[in-house]
Amino acid sequence: MKVILQNLTKKFPNRNKRIREDVVAVNNFNLEIPDGKLIGLLGPSGCGKSTALNLLCGLVKPTEGKIFFDDDDVTNLPAENRGVGMVFQNYALYPHLTVKQNITFPLENLKGKEKLSKEQMQQKAYEVAKLVQIDELMERKPSELSGGQQQRVAIARALVKMPRILLMDEPLSNLDARLRLQTREEIRRIQKETGITTVFVTHDQEEAMSISDMIVVMKEGVIHQIGKPQEVYDNPINLFVAKFLGTPPINVFAGRVKEQRLYIGDEAILTVKDVPDQEVYVGIRPEGFLLKKDGPLSCALEEVEVMGRDITVVSTHNACHNEAHTIRSIISAENIKDISSATVQFAVKPGKIHIFNKETEERIYFTID
Amino acid sequence: MEKRNPKAWLYLLPAMLFLGVFMVYPLIDVFIYSFEEGYNSASQTYYGVGLYNYSYVLHDPYFLQAVKNTMILVAITVPVSTGLALLISVGLSSIKPLRELYQTIYFLPYVTNTLAVGLVFMILFKKTPYTDGLANLIINWFGGESIDFIDGPYWAKMFVLCFYTIWVVLPFKILVLTSSLASVNQSYYNAAKVDGTSKWRIFIKITLPMISPMLFYLIITGFIGAFKAYSDAVALFGTDLNAAEMNTIVGYVYDMLYGNSGGYPSYASAAAIILFAIVLTITCINLLVSKKHVHY
Amino acid sequence: MEKRIDYDKIERTAGIRKKVGQTIVYVLLTLWALVVLFPFYWMVLTSVKSYSAYNGEYVPKFFTLSPTLQNYVDAFTTVPLAKYFANTFLFTIVTTAIMLVVIVLAAFAFARLDFKGKNITFALFLALMMIPNELVIITNYVTITSLDMRNTFWGLILPSVTSVFYIYLLKENFAQIPDELYYAAKVDNTSDLKYLLKVMVPICKPTLVTITILKVIECWNSYVWPRLITDDEAYYLVSNGIQEIRENGFGRENIPAMMAAVVVISVPLLILFLIFHKKIMEGVSQGGTKG
Repeated sequence: MKVILQNLTKKFPNRNKRIREDVVAVNNFNLEIPDGKLIGLLGPSGCGKSTALNLLCGLVKPTEGKIFFDDDDVTNLPAENRGVGMVFQNYALYPHLTVKQNITFPLENLKGKEKLSKEQMQQKAYEVAKLVQIDELMERKPSELSGGQQQRVAIARALVKMPRILLMDEPLSNLDARLRLQTREEIRRIQKETGITTVFVTHDQEEAMSISDMIVVMKEGVIHQIGKPQEVYDNPINLFVAKFLGTPPINVFAGRVKEQRLYIGDEAILTVKDVPDQEVYVGIRPEGFLLKKDGPLSCALEEVEVMGRDITVVSTHNACHNEAHTIRSIISAENIKDISSATVQFAVKPGKIHIFNKETEERIYFTID
Repeated sequence: MEKRNPKAWLYLLPAMLFLGVFMVYPLIDVFIYSFEEGYNSASQTYYGVGLYNYSYVLHDPYFLQAVKNTMILVAITVPVSTGLALLISVGLSSIKPLRELYQTIYFLPYVTNTLAVGLVFMILFKKTPYTDGLANLIINWFGGESIDFIDGPYWAKMFVLCFYTIWVVLPFKILVLTSSLASVNQSYYNAAKVDGTSKWRIFIKITLPMISPMLFYLIITGFIGAFKAYSDAVALFGTDLNAAEMNTIVGYVYDMLYGNSGGYPSYASAAAIILFAIVLTITCINLLVSKKHVHY
Repeated sequence: MEKRIDYDKIERTAGIRKKVGQTIVYVLLTLWALVVLFPFYWMVLTSVKSYSAYNGEYVPKFFTLSPTLQNYVDAFTTVPLAKYFANTFLFTIVTTAIMLVVIVLAAFAFARLDFKGKNITFALFLALMMIPNELVIITNYVTITSLDMRNTFWGLILPSVTSVFYIYLLKENFAQIPDELYYAAKVDNTSDLKYLLKVMVPICKPTLVTITILKVIECWNSYVWPRLITDDEAYYLVSNGIQEIRENGFGRENIPAMMAAVVVISVPLLILFLIFHKKIMEGVSQGGTKG
């Protein structure tokens, strides 16, 4: 099912009663979620992504704007009637019911024509339990399950009624690191197998990038960029998006453009055409550096972290826009022999450099000759 | 690290002294009294040891009346007050504006003097030559006949007693249930809502099991409290409860103590122990039932 | 498109249902609030009606146009209401004060000090919580009588100056204070008692205040024990006083004066409640029960 959000806005009254102004959790959202895709809503905590999810499932009513499921306007439809499946951050498994009872719970709510017999419910519950691989645990209580198993039960419960759309609120945040990797693959697999349009919320960019068909990067209630993960990574539209995606994060330098050349400090590192002279931020991805004897960027070497396939070179440069002026660059491990002195010389890959307006932090596009 | 500190007993001394004299000793003594036959409180002598006191109490029509009254009171007030408290608490937690005001109002009876407000209830329900009273006025509005609730038929009196008892015990129950309802994690309700669960089903399948421990706690303490009913009855019907046919078991115990002839502590003890046995039995049954039905 | 209409209908019915539901809830809640408040209204109303006006109303009136304070004057002059009041005041203050000392000392011993047999003693204390008052009151009555303390304040006060439940509550609170504070005080050569008074008591003041308020309410309303132990009006507390008034005072039918007395008796606790209602409700939900 296709989902369309049109000018969606949600304001909450300020918690601090002295401030009259409302808090805008979601600001003028316009988003089209294509059928059968996995969408990651991504942003730092407090950016309104959970509110967006609650608007989708109907637990929160929008202040303005509309929500469409296919052609149906569901903006004011109560959560009970929307037919969405939701996985909550803390799973919200009913502690007094067994796994099986938890899974059949949504089915027992069906009324009229959709009403199922006991056997049909059992069968559906077992099907979905097999899908998420918990069919062995059906008689247990949630408190007897590990975090990962509880997560699967929550997914099974959300899926059992074959919802038109599946929503997940930080589905992996309560799991430990190893389980998180495993479970995210699992979510991807389940989504592919069922083909249900899925929206999940996360603050972990790696998580979002790795499994989403499309990511939506948000900050302070505003959508900053929508696109396929790789596209967004390669072509961030502003400094925030560039900084938010990628580990290690992009290196940001204070720089300027003068006579079609891009300077970091006093070193001209690149020729940029069609950009008027101005102060800019220069973002260089860690993988955008090349070790080169006569490279234009000279940095003081701090440390080399060997990771096997790659090495991370940690160095400092005064123009680097963070407190310690540190730069993290990732170099192929074969080049380790090139590092010998206390300074390293870098050349840069033009495709891995983005420049941003110093005031608006918007991307400035340039052409390389 | 810390040394054994015998001085600790010094700090405990006052508490132990008072508890010893006014709780431990009396607890033992009450059993002794209950078996001492023909105890005379003036001379502190008795004829013999046996079960006569129990037999006397169990054959005393006043005691049987008191047991009957107490049983009826328990059977009516415990379920009604618990159910009403549940209803009110659920209503309270479903609203936002004015919630705190309602909560505060509902709690008011808890801080009032049972005797004093009982007097107000008596006036509201009493029929005198000068006035039929307010309760009867309302009955008349609906076309009913005036009844004297205070000196009239048994069931009218029982009704007022139950009504007042419920009025008095409700604040505590509402308070406990509202805070217990508030402590249920909101995400269970959200999850159920998203799954299209009806309000009624959410209540039966989620809310009730979630608050069941507190509910059973209230039922158990409710039983214990109702079995000890006394001052509500005094407030409504005066100190001579036997004459009003409205005595309770606790009332019987006190009447036995406070007799004109210096009192009968032996009979009182026997009655108190019978009461204690009844309460203990009921509480055990309650605990067994709750073990089966409380989910965690 | 057919589906679309369906949705509109669902939306509308859901909206209407919600409104109707909310209205019903408010109506019911207000109804019960009236049931709770009405006796208070009636008692104030009756207390300001004049004796003749009250007795003239065969059908009771819900308001009065000529309020009078005469009943309050009567309440203080015809019956010794002021005396009952003073007695209750004294009883409440002394009982609460002694109890605070007793429970603070005991809670301190259990929470802070280490001594042989501590656990078993504490368990025995807790077991005492199960004992119903009705069982022990008989012997207490005999004890107080044989000590010749009937119709004395000590006879009223002594049996109610300890509460195992409050010791337990306070002990739990004391135990939350980090041990480091105690060791720091020990290093500075502070005595146990000084540490208790200067550190623990101030830190646990909120709990102590709650306990004090609950105990004051309990004392103010106590009826059973005072009734057993006093038959001299000079020692009556307000509860017994009101019972006495009901049975002998004012001439039986002066109900407005009776109500004035009831108002006077109820007011102190109501004021206390209005000031501390958050604290009281918190304290009670922690585990207090009436009586």
